[in-house]
Amino acid sequence: MEDRIVYLDHAATTYVKPEVFETMKPYFSEHFGNASSIYSLGRDSKKAVEDAREKVAKAIGAEPREIYFTGSGSEADNWALKGIAAAYKNKGNHIITSAIEHPAIMSSCKYLESEGFEITYVPVDSDGLVSPEQVRNAIKENTILISIMFANNEIGTIQPIKEIGAIAKEKGVLFHTDAVQAVGNVKIDVKDLNVDLLSLSGHKFYGPKGIGALYIRKGVKISSFIHGGHQERGKRASTENVPAIIGLGKAIELATENLDEYNKKLIELRERTIEGLLAKVPYIRLNGHRHNRLPGNVNISFEFIEGESLLLMLDMKGIYGSSGSACSSGSLDPSHVLLAIGLPHEIAHGSLRLTFGDENTQEDVDYILEVIPQMVSKLRDMSPLWEAVKDKK
Amino acid sequence: MYSEKVMDHFSNPRNVGEIEDANGVGQVGNPKCGDIMKMYLKIEDNIIVDAKFKTFGCGAAVATSSMATELVKGKTVEEAMKITNKAVAEALDGLPPAKMHCSNLAEEAIAAALYDYRKRNGLVDPNEDEGCTGECSACHHSHGREEDFDDEE
Repeated sequence: MEDRIVYLDHAATTYVKPEVFETMKPYFSEHFGNASSIYSLGRDSKKAVEDAREKVAKAIGAEPREIYFTGSGSEADNWALKGIAAAYKNKGNHIITSAIEHPAIMSSCKYLESEGFEITYVPVDSDGLVSPEQVRNAIKENTILISIMFANNEIGTIQPIKEIGAIAKEKGVLFHTDAVQAVGNVKIDVKDLNVDLLSLSGHKFYGPKGIGALYIRKGVKISSFIHGGHQERGKRASTENVPAIIGLGKAIELATENLDEYNKKLIELRERTIEGLLAKVPYIRLNGHRHNRLPGNVNISFEFIEGESLLLMLDMKGIYGSSGSACSSGSLDPSHVLLAIGLPHEIAHGSLRLTFGDENTQEDVDYILEVIPQMVSKLRDMSPLWEAVKDKK
Repeated sequence: MYSEKVMDHFSNPRNVGEIEDANGVGQVGNPKCGDIMKMYLKIEDNIIVDAKFKTFGCGAAVATSSMATELVKGKTVEEAMKITNKAVAEALDGLPPAKMHCSNLAEEAIAAALYDYRKRNGLVDPNEDEGCTGECSACHHSHGREEDFDDEE
């Protein structure tokens, strides 16, 4: 195993920044009061929770009372879809989403289909972009919700959220966006974008795991997700996870403060990596939009090799990435996102996702540009599919 | 997820390559399914004296290919025909349930190479089924072999 570690899976999770951790620490053992308790120890926790709510609201252009803390981004997604479906079922039973959503949305849609809701899965083009006009054309009399992700977790493509939001507003349909990959990476103003609901997750921008939030625009009806106590204005019962909420607040504050500088750095790393790999390795393709993508996202398919093997080889060199190959997920089909952008199965199997973060450097890029071509070459030499094409390169 | 032995065979695969004068060659799998194994056997006096492979696939596919070549070397044709997917998986100290199909592929690659050898030497019963070629849409399924998907959701 290589001593050097190059972590390139920030879309999966990020480390907790020391400043975030320091902010959280006192709330585990010192200020441990239940935020619902009336005495001062509880009131301290409550105040810290409300401070965090303000920070989350400020980061996305919302009001604090429009922010509801959840246990994760997936929970926020589930709540948005199921909560709106339940609250508006008398108005209609049709929901529009895209073909490349995160499993938290896809699985919620499948569940709602089993409950009698009709779901339209709008296709995407070869860059993974949703067409606002196709969304418009999919709207029916009984459409109650449009849910289109802000940025794709695999290929990084950023969707035309403002245009879709304008269409939703014009047609009087609620609009949810799963912004789990976007918050902390892209500037977001829910009012400007005409978003009615938005999901986010703390561990994608250097906050803790196990904490997320759902923005619900004032005036939008939604069914409670967890029934119990009066927490989160009675909409999501459960004793507040005070340290995690505080960590989320601190992390989102830091992320939005430094966003421009962070984006600039990540785009430089991303571009050098994409250009370098395209120049050095034959028979590859970049997945996702060439420029309209998350600052730190690189997703490339290598023909004639399988993604999990490449991941394991890179692991031996201290490089941690991700793949949309079937074998890395335990499923037998490759990523639904890669298939939806038109990749044939055999190429989709050979995909690699590298997502940069704030600790990555240009030296990391030099290193991966040296290692990845070697590993790809080694695997191709082992591949019976490579025999027929290797002399043509 | 993978045993140390699987990782060892993936990291240092034994017998990678081709045998130019192989007298038994079999390829199974389908690129659409994400794995292909090609097995080369050199058989002398009914003994497998050399085995090599080429594989397109995941870590388990590479490791099972490597182990399969190790298992067949030195065996008679008849002994090699009895190697099961379970034996390959056990020799690797087990595979995750979702990866058992890779051991199927290893068994099928051995069978396909042996079938080729027997066919070349007029040893195939005309009524014998060639068996799985690995090209069917169900190439990932069990083909009646032992699998344990208990842990799968």
